[in-house]
Order: sequence, then C-alpha cells, then structure tokens
Amino acid sequence: MKPKKDVQPGTLALMVLKTLDVLGPLHGYGIARRIEQISGDRLFVNQGTLYPVLLRLEQEGAVESDWGPSENNRRARFYRLTRSGHKLLETEKRDWEQTAAIIARFFEVKAEDLP
Amino acid sequence: MRTLKRLVARIWNFSAGRRGDARLREEIEGHIAMQAEDNARAGMPPAEARRQAVLKLGAVEAIREQYLAEEGLPLLEHLLHDVRHALRQLRKSPGFTATAVITLALGVGANAVVFSVLNALVLRPLNVYQPERLFAVEHKEHAYYMQSYPDYIDYRDDNSTFSGMAAYDTTDLAVVIGNSAVKSYGYLASGDYFDMLSVRPAVGRFFHASDEHGVNSAPYVVLSYDFWRSRFNSNANIVGTTVSLNTHLFTVIGVAPHDFHGTETFFWPDYWIPLVDAPETGYSPHFLANRATHNLWILGRLKPGVTAQQATDDLNVISRRLAQQYPTEDDDLDARLVRPGLMGDVWGDPIRAFLAAIMVLSTLVLFAACANLGSIFAVRAADRARELALRLAIGASRARILRSLLTEAVLVSVLGGFTGTLFASVLLQLLSRWQPFVEYPIHVVALPDAKVYALALLLSVGSGLFFGLLPARQIWQTDAAHAMKGGTSVGPVFRRFSMRDVLLCVQIALCTLLVTGSFVAFRGMERSLHTPLGFSPQRVIIAETQLGMGGYTEAQSWTLQKRMADEAAQIPGVSSAALIDRVMLDNDCCGSEAVYRQGTTDFRSSQQSFDAHNFSVSPGYFVAAGTRLLAGRDISWHDEANSPQVAVVNTTFAHLLFGNAPAVGQHFELFGGTLREIVGVVEDGKYESLTESPQPAMFFPLAQGMNSNDTALVVRSAFPPADVAAALNRMMNAIDPNIPLTVRTWPDALDLALFPARAATGALAILGLLAAMLAVTGIFGMAAYSVSRRMKELGIRVALGARKVQLMSAAVGRPIVLLGVGSGLGLVGGIFASGLLSQIVYQASSGDPMVLAGAVLTMALLGLAASAIPARRALSIDPSSLMREE
Repeated sequence: MKPKKDVQPGTLALMVLKTLDVLGPLHGYGIARRIEQISGDRLFVNQGTLYPVLLRLEQEGAVESDWGPSENNRRARFYRLTRSGHKLLETEKRDWEQTAAIIARFFEVKAEDLP
Repeated sequence: MRTLKRLVARIWNFSAGRRGDARLREEIEGHIAMQAEDNARAGMPPAEARRQAVLKLGAVEAIREQYLAEEGLPLLEHLLHDVRHALRQLRKSPGFTATAVITLALGVGANAVVFSVLNALVLRPLNVYQPERLFAVEHKEHAYYMQSYPDYIDYRDDNSTFSGMAAYDTTDLAVVIGNSAVKSYGYLASGDYFDMLSVRPAVGRFFHASDEHGVNSAPYVVLSYDFWRSRFNSNANIVGTTVSLNTHLFTVIGVAPHDFHGTETFFWPDYWIPLVDAPETGYSPHFLANRATHNLWILGRLKPGVTAQQATDDLNVISRRLAQQYPTEDDDLDARLVRPGLMGDVWGDPIRAFLAAIMVLSTLVLFAACANLGSIFAVRAADRARELALRLAIGASRARILRSLLTEAVLVSVLGGFTGTLFASVLLQLLSRWQPFVEYPIHVVALPDAKVYALALLLSVGSGLFFGLLPARQIWQTDAAHAMKGGTSVGPVFRRFSMRDVLLCVQIALCTLLVTGSFVAFRGMERSLHTPLGFSPQRVIIAETQLGMGGYTEAQSWTLQKRMADEAAQIPGVSSAALIDRVMLDNDCCGSEAVYRQGTTDFRSSQQSFDAHNFSVSPGYFVAAGTRLLAGRDISWHDEANSPQVAVVNTTFAHLLFGNAPAVGQHFELFGGTLREIVGVVEDGKYESLTESPQPAMFFPLAQGMNSNDTALVVRSAFPPADVAAALNRMMNAIDPNIPLTVRTWPDALDLALFPARAATGALAILGLLAAMLAVTGIFGMAAYSVSRRMKELGIRVALGARKVQLMSAAVGRPIVLLGVGSGLGLVGGIFASGLLSQIVYQASSGDPMVLAGAVLTMALLGLAASAIPARRALSIDPSSLMREE
C-alpha cells in the first residue's frame, strides 16, 4: 500500500471549492467522500482537517453554510459556493494551472535542450 | 480583500465571544455517523464501522484546536487567557502581590518624579514658537553670561545668522497698587523681545523695536497675565491706564498670554518694561551706554537652516572686530551659544548635573527593586516547580509556560507602575504648587506630561520583562520527570551560589551604595551648615530697602542712610546697627569689579589682577555682622565722598595682591585708574554660595561706593526678632512710608543659600530610605524562604542535637554572608562613585570614616532586623510536631 499523502495547504481549499462547484450544496462528509473518490483514496490522513478549511472559506465569504436534512434525514450543515466563491475558484484555478504548467515544463526540459 | 473579510469575521467572533464549538461537535458527530453507516453498508460489524470512522476522521481535539484558532484571534485569546490565569495566581497570594506591586510602585514612582523634574527644568524647552532655534549668547568663559547693551546692539545689527536678537534683564521695582508700594519682579526687555519670541498679547499690544527712540522714550509696561488677574482684578480697561514704577508713571499697553512666563524657567516676571526706559526707574544711564557694564542676557533666534556652530562663528567675527575697536572694554570678547531658560549655564550646569546624578541613583533604586522582584519570582517559580512540571508533562510547551509567567510579571509591573505613577503625580502636583520662597517669583512647575507617562509605562513593562525573564533559565531546565519525583525537596540550588544569591547580592550592593549616598549627603549638609561664613547670622535682623524705589537720588540717599543707621542703633536691645548695599548669600548678591595693581595704565582685561566682590558698608558693619577685623581700622563716617578713597579688604584679596606682606597702607587701582588705600583687613567669608572657594572681596565706605541706592540694615540684638522687626518697621514708616521694606532674620534669609544643599539631602535621604526598605524586604524574603524550605532539614538537625549557633548558621547564614559581600561591594562602589556624589552635595567624600561607619552600621542593623523573624522561626522549630506533619 502506498503511503497516503497529506494535502498541501491551499490545495485542499481549491478541492473543496471545485467540489462544491460541481456538485452543488454539500455537507462536510459529502465533500470529504468526493475528494477521496477523485483522489483515489490516496490523499487524506485525517478527514477532520477539512472543517477548519471550511470555516476559513466561510469567513472569507467564499462559501455559505446552513443546517439542512441529509440523504438519510440527519441534520447536517450544508456548504454552498457564493458568487465570490465562484470568482475565487476561477482565479485559483488559473493560478494553479499556470503553476502546474510551469512545473511541468521544468520536468520536460532536458540538458541538451538548453541553448 | 479576502484577508480583510476574514480578519473582520475573526475580530467579530472574538469580541462577540462567539464560539463555533457546538456547531463543530455536531458536524463531526454527523460526519462520523454517516461514515459509520457507509462502513456498515460495506459489511463491517457496527462497532468496527464506528471505530474505523473515528480513525478516519483523525484526532478530534487537534482539529478542534485548529478550528478554534481559525475562528478567532488566537494570540489575543491566549493573552487574555494568560492574563486571567495570572490574575487568579496573584489573587491566590495577596501578600506576595502587594509586596511586589508596592516595591515596583516605589521604584517607578521615584523615577517618574525625578524624570518629571528633569523634564520640566531641563528637557522641556521654553513655551514659545520654535524654541529649539532659540539660544542665549554668553561669553566664552564659563558662567560669564552677562553682556553689555552696546555689545548687544552690535551683535544684533551686524550678524547674518539670527532672524532676531533680544536682550533682557530681571529687575525689581516698587509698583504702587492702591495706596501701597509693593516690591515686584519683572523684566527689562529690548523692543524686539516679544516679536523675536513670536508671542501674541492676551490684551492690548506689546512694545516693539519701533517704540524705542533713545533713553526713556518708551514709558510702557506689559503686565503678566497672573499679575493682571491678581493685582488688577483682570480689569478689561487696563490698557491706557498708568502704573507707578519706582515713583515714575508707565502706561499699561498690554497683557501677556497666561502661558507665557518670560524666558527663564524659574523666574516668572510680573511685568515687562522697555530696556531703554531702565534709567527712568533709577538705573544709572551707564547701564545702557557703558560697554564695560555687563548686565544683560542676550537671546537670539537662529535663521532656518543655520547651525549653532555657524552662528557662533558669525558672532565671533563681530567679537574680534569689537575687541580691536574697543581694546579696553571688549578685550577677549568671544561668543558662545547655550540653551536658554536656566540663566545660561550658571544655573543650568549645576541643575543638569544634579538632576542627572539623581536620575542615575533613582534608576539604581529601580534596578534594586527589579533584582528584588526577580528573586521573588524565581522563588515562586521554584515553589511551583511541580505545577510547572505537570503542565510540561501534559504537553504545554516551555515557551507557553514562560509566556504565562511573563504575563504574570508584566501584570504585576504594570499594576506597580500605575500605582507608582499615581503616587508620583500627586507628589508632583504638590511640588508644583509649593513656593519655597514666597518673596521671589520662583515657580517650579513639574507636572507630568505624556513623556513622563510614556517613560513610566516603558519602565514598568521593561522591568516586568526583566525580572520576569530572570527565572527563565530555571524553567527552561525543568525536567518534568525529575521535578515531579523530587516534589518539594531541596534542589541543587541551595548547594552552590544560585542566580537568586547573585540577585540578592546585587540588590544589597545597590542599596548600600544608595545608603552611603544618603550619608554622604547628610555629612555634606552638616558641613555646609557649619562652614565658616565670615559672619555670624544668629540674632541678626536684616531690613532691606531700596531707596531708589522711593524716588531718592544718590545724594539724598546718603543722608537718609546715615539717619537709618543712627535711629536703628537707638532701638532698645540693639547692640549694633549698620548698613550694607548687598546682603551676603542673598539671591542678588553680588557684584564684582576688576582690581589692578597700583600703577596700571592699561586696563584691558588681560592686565587685571583679579575680580573682587565689592560692597559698600557703613561704619560698624563688621561689628554688626560679626565679621572679625584682622588688621587696620574699620570704615568711619569721616570717609566721605571727597576724602581719600579707602577700602577694607578680606584676607584672600590681601594675599592675592601682596602675598604675605601686610596689606594695610598699600594701594590698588580700579578700572579707569581710581586709586584706593587699604585701611583694614577682615576675615574671608562666603558671598555668593556656600560652596564657593575663598573669593577676594573689598568693602568701600557708603559715601564712596557705587551702588548706594540698595540698602540693607544689619541689626544685631539679643531681643526677640519679632520685637526688633516691629520696631524697625515703625522706624522706617516714620522716615518714609513709600520705601518698600523687607524685614527678615538673617538665618531666614540664608534659606535660599542653603536650599540646594537641603534639596539634595532631602532627595538623597528619600532614595536612601527606599533603598533601605528594599534591602530589608530582600534579605527578609531570602531568609524567610530559606527557613521555610528547610524546615524539615532543620527539624532533623534539632532532633539530632544541633546547637543554636549551628542552627542559626544553617538557617540564615547565607543571607548574612550575602549581606556582607553585597555591602562590601556597595561600599567600594560608593567610594568610586564619590565623583558622582560630589555633583550633588558640597564636599562629598565617601572616604569619610563617619560615612563608612554609618553605612556599615545601617546595613548591619537592616540585616539584623530583616533576618530576626526567620531566625526566630528557625530557633523555635519543634522537631516532633514537624516530623508528624509528613
């Protein structure tokens, strides 16, 4: 079994935002499960670390939350992307893609390619 | 933007005390339940399903901590938490808290008071526009500050570096208000005085340079706000009325603003009159015309961008030209710029030196207080070793523990600082209202300002951090396991010299230094009280008048003075009565004049032999004052204006001019070639201050004197002073009721001369007392602690048959040893610091055996008193009851 990786700070927030963007309002457990599904169980050490991130996003105004009934009628807190959350996701996504592209290019370059 | 939103939310949560704790718990609970359900659905048994769910979530407490940290302002929350914890700790031990707060209050309070005075007298500039550009122009020679009017005019008109330059002098005139003449102090000021200072009048107008059209051309007077309010009932129509000054009428043209008190920090004038009108009030016309008559202060305002050095160079170009132009009068005229406000460096230097020295000493008191508190805190930390170890064991970081202890220390220090500042400001209010000399317009306003409060806060927090950090090493080295095992047993601290010992030693050394300082001051004071004055002030009454204030000319004065002396001698009980123009050691004493050898024709200042104080006296003065005549004869009534010019000189004068040869019958010359014959020699005396070295002095007959308008009757009588004073008042009233009269006993009049020594002694005594208190608490604390920590051990010793001496040495031996070492160090320090102390008190010498003995004895007594209680406690140990306790 591969050792699980802990999420890099910042990226978890991005994952949360994207999840809410794709799936609409969702509770904490739902978000955690979704992230796990997509990352193929290779990511989380502790799912609980999600909650401070959610709180932070809420304080920044990127998400809103409210109590509501879950699929099996349990009281759960649902998180929903706000308009500024959408905007935040867009900029973060662009930043991330740029960073990833730069890093990718670094790995592609070989010694003989250099002038 | 997002960061800002987040910060707002955090602050909101923090201040509203909102806690998402419940919400988080519910969310987590739900999370686990849902995960467990999913697990169960996947086929796990229910118990295992839940266990796996909890594991997957992670450590709830860690998440919660992170969550809460995210929610509010953790730094502030921790701080509040620490403060609450510290307050609880302090409430638990009120005795300790009170001791610590009072100790620090004394330290900070003393510093706040001293600094306030320093601030008010030295640091705070004059209360005028751009005071940093104002400079007094003095002569190059130290403490030679007066300039002549013609030189002032040349400096003012020819310089290129000052935007304005004014001259002024203080004066006292008889002001007639209602039906009585009051002696009142004011300024003679040049026309541009107010304009140069940029002061705006409260009522009416000020005089300007354009009002001056030669001598006696501007009979105007500007009143001070206080004088206008108290003497003229704030009369709104005062402008245009006339006021009689020395029987001459002056027109009131305005009132100065209430916060303007002239340009000398202490000396608050009642009025200002134009300098050109000084002759009208009785000053000799030479006052304005003579280049060799130095009687003015010059105050100039630098142009923007000009440095003091540039201005000095500029003025010295003028000085050199004047020296060439007037080689006799302006020889060696060199300008020097000094900070104004304290009569240049005449008062400025001693006051600055004194206050700086006192400031150093009060800082030492604060250090001693900090050392004291440091050891108390170290003791507390040691006592709480178990608690601290427990906190370490359950996961608190050392930094966190240190921070909570520091919070406690800073809290104590801020409390102490606050108390101290409160105490200081009350004291300063009293000081500012206190007028040590009712007859002079002297005000010392030392109310604390923002600077003082800032300093007090800085000192308290600084000392809190200082003594709070002292036990830091101890905490850093705490080994949780060891401390918990060891319990309250005696640690290794008591086997070697610990930091606590060093602290106590330092504290005692500082205290000894301060106690030594107090003793030195007392001895100095005693010496200045018993220093030979050259006259005996006991049973002498001084009645000061100014005949000029009654409008008498010099010629009329002579007859009047003779009558006063004759009538005073007739008063019952008066053994002798005589006149002198200036009372020795009084505030306006003395004047001096250049003395030349017989035959001198070149009167440049480089040719003069020395400056001697000059006095004019009537026959019998030396008898009335109790000054011994050593050779020759007294002055007689036959020494008249037209008879040969004679003088009586003092020993120093005779010695300077003629060495050991007899002086009587010899001659000397004054400026301009007047020849005087010495007819008598009297003993040396103190003329300007008690601390001066022997000064040459000469006494002229009243008829041949220079300044015969000022007259003081010196009356010796064995009768009660009040009766004689009443008789003198009746006598003068009969002669002329318009002459202002001040009657005092000579010892009272000497109060002013003794004031510096008294003030210094008072200040040092207070600091010494504070130091002694700190020493007592330090030694007591140390001894009491050592006894209480070692009760068990001492009990065993008693049970095993230890003798009392052994028990004592075990119980309080170390504090006593420390006392000895600390006192020794302090004494050595005191001897080395005698240079510092000599700034403060006259003839300070800490090598004085009386001082050394006094300091040693005091420290020994303090040590004895402080260790007596713990020692008694050690002696009264009952081993059986002690053993049963544990």
